[in-house]
Amino acid sequence: MRQSSIIDIISPIMVGPSSSHTAGAVRLGLLARNIYSGQPANVTFKLYNSYASTGKGHGTDKGILAGFLGLSVDDVRIRNIFDLDIARSINYSFQYLQDFNRHPNAVDIVIKGTPNISISGDSIGAGEVVVNKIDDFSVNLTGKYNTLLLVYKDIPGMISSVTSKISVNIASLNCDRYAKGEDASMCIALDGEVSDEVINILKNLPSVYIVRYIRKLDS
Amino acid sequence: MEKRISTFEELYNACDTHEQPIYEISQLHEAEISDMQIPEVRIKVKKSLDAMKEAITAGLHSKELSISGMCGDDCWKLQKRFEQKHALFGKLYEKIVTYALATSEENLRMGKIVACPTAGSCGIVPAVLVAVSESLGVSEKEQIDALITAGEIGRIISNKIQLAGAVGGCQAECGVAAAMSAGALTQMRGGSVRQVLNAVALAIKNLLGLTCDPVCGLVEIPCVKRNPFLAIHAVTASEMAMAGIESKIPIDEVIDAMEQTGKLMSPMLKESSQAGLARTKTALKLEEKLKLL
Repeated sequence: MRQSSIIDIISPIMVGPSSSHTAGAVRLGLLARNIYSGQPANVTFKLYNSYASTGKGHGTDKGILAGFLGLSVDDVRIRNIFDLDIARSINYSFQYLQDFNRHPNAVDIVIKGTPNISISGDSIGAGEVVVNKIDDFSVNLTGKYNTLLLVYKDIPGMISSVTSKISVNIASLNCDRYAKGEDASMCIALDGEVSDEVINILKNLPSVYIVRYIRKLDS
Repeated sequence: MEKRISTFEELYNACDTHEQPIYEISQLHEAEISDMQIPEVRIKVKKSLDAMKEAITAGLHSKELSISGMCGDDCWKLQKRFEQKHALFGKLYEKIVTYALATSEENLRMGKIVACPTAGSCGIVPAVLVAVSESLGVSEKEQIDALITAGEIGRIISNKIQLAGAVGGCQAECGVAAAMSAGALTQMRGGSVRQVLNAVALAIKNLLGLTCDPVCGLVEIPCVKRNPFLAIHAVTASEMAMAGIESKIPIDEVIDAMEQTGKLMSPMLKESSQAGLARTKTALKLEEKLKLL
């Protein structure tokens, strides 16, 4: 259980009007940007439930696009993001959906490009967010920690061979897999930084397909 | 620090044992959990304080409406009125209500504010803290002490209740902001730890059951005007606590009652816009109009 912080209570400094619907949307966009390291050709933002029904009035659409383009939660350009040059640099579209099996403030960010990737997350209140799915893998990314995301073949000894290469403290570790012996994912939240060298070592481990280093969000 | 503080009683005992005010216990704890030095913690707090002041200034100078067009020019009206006729309760009252309204209007026009604890309740803590500081000439150091105290109050409440209208109703947003303000103000005026905690308890006790029924699902009606109302509510709680008036129900039990009240509150009244003000005839008309935007 994470210890609660007074700074969390008296922040973030953000562009309004809603911590969950505006700042949360920016942070989900930022996280998706950090997860996707390639050059996106086309992005679809699927907004669900409350995000769909009250998103326009809360600037949820502006926020999530702004975050995806790298603007932080306190950037006053968010309100005019559709008119900015950086927004013209990519093709984007929005879909507004209702699905009662999803969180009230859920989003899918579907990115076409090299590679294609689909990122799902929720805005869980007070600007806090969680990305819980990348393609078909369950993950747990909050943007509060530098996080290593690995996709690999599910064989015995993988967790120890990965974690033994990491010298910083591990805050949390989540694994998921399609089925025994098939593709699996590992989400390692870190208390510090890992070097490019360590990332390269991890990339060269046998049966590791993808390694991505997702930096924590500044705010 | 020996133990993590998660209730107000534990906070009181820590203050008592170490003979320290709340902010000193709190900033030390914050430094420890976040791997920072105390001055770094205080710099972060100052950053929020400065942003609060900027939001007030920006809000006082604008009458731009929100995206929906429903709100945004009320602070302007209030200032005009006070220019012509002073408020019954005097200059400080004028400052508090205009600052609260200025901040929450700045929020709805997508200006930069500090979520404290949430964006919908962003006007309450800054209004009380900044207006009183200006009027009484409170030093920046003491303002930071007070904001840390506010943060500690919110932090302890958030251990029990998620600070979101969808979970606990507005009592968990504007209600908590009022409690934080009441405690911070009492700290700023030299109140004892006991008095700070009584101010918090009194503020919350008198807001239990406050629902979250935003019209059109937006942080506008009734949220914006609720901010100045609850800023004044916080001052009342602080005045009583400073007079030595005690909450007969201890603060931790008040928080328990708040948690239970939040759970018993119908989901229709918790940020889902399915009841209350959000389903009035006029609200439904506004909703229809908004769809055409």
